[in-house]
Formats: sequence, C-alpha cells, structure tokens
Amino acid sequence: MSTATATGTSVSLAVRDVHLAFGRHQVLRGADVEVARGGTACVIGPSGSGKSTLLRTINRLIEPDRGDVLLDGRSVLGDDPDALRQRIGMVFQQFNLFPHMTVLRNLTLALRKLKKLPEDEAVQVARAQLDLVGLAHKADVRPAQLSGGQQQRVAIARALALRPQVMLFDEATSALDPELVKGVLGVMADLASAGMTMVVVTHEMGFAREVADTVAFMDAGVVLEAGPPSAVFEAPEHPRLRRFLSQVL
Amino acid sequence: MDPLSTLWETFFDWDAMREALPEMLTVGLPNTLILAVSAALLGSVLGMLLAVAGISRTRWLRWPARVYTDVFRGLPAAATILLIGVGLAPLGMQVWGPNPYPLGVLALSLIAAAYIGEIFRAGIQSVEAAQLEGARALGFSWGEAMRLVIVPQGVRRVLPAWVNQLIALIKDSSLVYFLGLVASQRELFRIGQDYAATTGNESALLLAGLFYLVLTVPLTHAVNWIDRRLRQGRAVAAPDLDVELDPAGAPAPTGKDPR
Repeated sequence: MSTATATGTSVSLAVRDVHLAFGRHQVLRGADVEVARGGTACVIGPSGSGKSTLLRTINRLIEPDRGDVLLDGRSVLGDDPDALRQRIGMVFQQFNLFPHMTVLRNLTLALRKLKKLPEDEAVQVARAQLDLVGLAHKADVRPAQLSGGQQQRVAIARALALRPQVMLFDEATSALDPELVKGVLGVMADLASAGMTMVVVTHEMGFAREVADTVAFMDAGVVLEAGPPSAVFEAPEHPRLRRFLSQVL
Repeated sequence: MDPLSTLWETFFDWDAMREALPEMLTVGLPNTLILAVSAALLGSVLGMLLAVAGISRTRWLRWPARVYTDVFRGLPAAATILLIGVGLAPLGMQVWGPNPYPLGVLALSLIAAAYIGEIFRAGIQSVEAAQLEGARALGFSWGEAMRLVIVPQGVRRVLPAWVNQLIALIKDSSLVYFLGLVASQRELFRIGQDYAATTGNESALLLAGLFYLVLTVPLTHAVNWIDRRLRQGRAVAAPDLDVELDPAGAPAPTGKDPR
C-alpha cells in the first residue's frame, strides 16, 4: 500500500540536552537527537532507557526540566503546547483511537474542532487520508472491529490528516501480532520516503537499518551513540551498544 | 365478616381504586414524572459539575465537591427535603410566591446531584489515561479532551447506574408531600394516601404503589439490558490478542455495536 502523503512543509528537529526527573528518578539526563528536514531518526535501546519519555518531551506531553526542543532551529518551549501538538503528529503503541466514535469520526474530530473545517470538507480530507492507508472501506465501523494493524493505520491516518510537520512513533508495532507488523511498517516507510520528518522509537532493527537516516542508541536517559545505520549497526563503538545489538540481532 | 375478607377489602376494594384512578392518572402521575425527570436533569447537570470538580487538580474545587457529596449523601432524603423546602421557603416566597413545588424539585435535585456526581466521577476516572494522551497529542486542550473524548466515554460506562438513580428519584419524589402541596400538585403517593386517610381503606395507596411499579420495573429491566449491551461492547472494545491469534477461533468478536 502506498502512503505518499501530501506532507506539509517538513521541518528539521533538534532535541538538545533534555533532562527530566519523575520525583527523584532521573529519566532523561541530557538526551540529544538531530533530524534533518525530511529525515528519519530511529531511537533504539533497552526498555526503561527513556525512549518514550524523550518522544513525549518533543511534543511536550511531558515538559522537560532542562534542555531545548527546536523545530527549524527555533525553540518550541515557549509556544502554546496545544498549537505545537497540531504541528507534531504522534502514534502510540496502543493506538489510542477513540472507541466510542467511528473510524471516520476519529479522523474528523480534530479537523472540525481544531482546524475548524466544515463537516463536508473534514469528511473529504479524512476519507482521502484513510484511502492512503488502504482503509477507506472501514470508515464507518468502530475501531474495535478492526485488527490491531488496521487500528494502527487508522491512528497514523488520524495524525496525518492534520498535516503535521513532524511525526513521532512510539513503538507503533510493539502491540501488534507478528503478521500485522509489516503493513504498519510499510506505511511508515512510505511516509519516510515521502519526506516526512520522523522520530521513530522502535524495536524493529530491520526497519531502523533500512529506513532511518540516523539511528540513536539510548541507555539510561542519554543518547550514547548516534549515526547512520551503517555505522551504528556495522561498527558500533560504545560497549553498551555492542552488548544491546548482540542481544537483539 | 371473617378477617381474611376484611383484609381483602382493605387492599383490594375495586370501587375505592376506581374512584382514585382518574386523579392518579391526571394529577398524580404527571406530577411524579415532572418531579423525577426535572430533578434527574438538574441533578445530572449539577452532578457533572461535581464530578469534574471532584477530579480537579485544584483542591479548592475538589474539597467543596467532596464535602457537598458527603453531606447530601449522608443525610436522610426526608430531612434534606424538609430542611430545604421549609428552610428556603421565605426565599422562595420572594422569587415565585408561596409555592413549595419548586423547592421540592430543588431538594430532590440537590440530593440526586450528590449520587449522580459520584456515578459520573467513577465513569470518567475509569477511562484509560491513554485516551487523554491521545486527544492531547492531537492538539486538544485538557478541557476539550475531557468534553469531547473522556466524558462521553465515562458517562456511557455508567449509564446503568444513572438509570438506577432515576428509579430512586421516582420513589423519592413521594417525599415532597412533606412540603404541603396544593391539590393539583400532589403526586401519586400523596393522592393515594389522601384517599386512604379519608376512607380508612388502603386500596388507593396500593393503586399508587402499582403505578410506581409500572414506572420502575421496566426501568430496572432497562438497566439490565443496557448493562448487557455495554458488557458485550466492552469485550469487543478490548480486542483479545489471543483470540486474534487462535485460528481455531474462540468466538471471534461479534462486532456488535453496543452504542
């Protein structure tokens, strides 16, 4: 399936020296990620290393204690967080679709209420977006009637319908049955090649190797090593990255 | 007369019932429904405010909601109705004249709000945090996310408990007779009781009881029906990965739409 998307204007993204503590537990200790305009960064690393938390500081679902997040070189920490989140799409491990609404309404809700599109226009945008993930025929069912893979594709379509400049993926395929993973990764790869700026937290090393421009290895709240996939996977320098790769590959 | 037929006459005097029936239908039933439904509506609006205040991060909203709920759930309904109906009568006199009926509605609503507020709060809190995160990530503010995504799901889940509260209100509406209503304002119980008091025969009161059952029994069954629909819906709403994986197919989600 093809997800060639009418991306808005992509932007570059930089996360600089982000610190965050939950109480006394230091989750992020100066994490950095750089993604060029239209590039894809994959964040890998062991569970509990702070990958998902780092992702949430980018769209400020969690406010960092220290550090900066830049879009096209400009800090977003002073922006209105709700407006910022309209520019940054996010896809979750558990999809987080709204179960009491049809698939179509899951997409049109933000279009109507936030983008202030009239109903018919919102429906048009939503249907076109569903078509791109191959689920136009499921517009009128509830999410619960879809497979996990279909639900995740709807969630991606829901985020894309708002024409974001950056997309964040938080272990988007971790909750899926093995046979459903490929379809979702395909949509993500298409999106990357269409020029969307993306940060992808993933355990799918094959995806990271093939799609990422940058792979960032995180451990204990910092990015220990980052670089093109060839370097990170073929010539890892940090011993902890080497150990991690030997365990997952 | 043998005691058994005396007993029979006391409760099943058809003539006494027939005499009371027209007034029950034209005065008692409408008044009971007006009291119960208006209190349910006002109580639900107030209850929603209490629920949202109750989960607020500001203690200046949380604590008053807590105290209100404790007080109005803790007092006997009869005491609350008397306290408000009599206590606020001078105030009501200035607003709408010497009419205790609105105060009866108010008292019933204030009591209902305490219960309904707790019902709504439980429903709202049962919605997974991920739903809020999903809505916030799209760019909705906290208030918009609550209004558009969280509250509708939460209320749906507690619909059976809400209908139960409606049943309680239908029964509790009989308590406004304390407030000394004029003839045209009397609800089912009061009319039955008036007939019983003047004739010394309980048949009219029994008839009032039958009216209550006609209203409440279908509602209790409606509760069970809604509850069943929601339960089936929830099983579908949380797709079981094992079921999906199992080709032999434990019963696949029926795809029945609960709402």
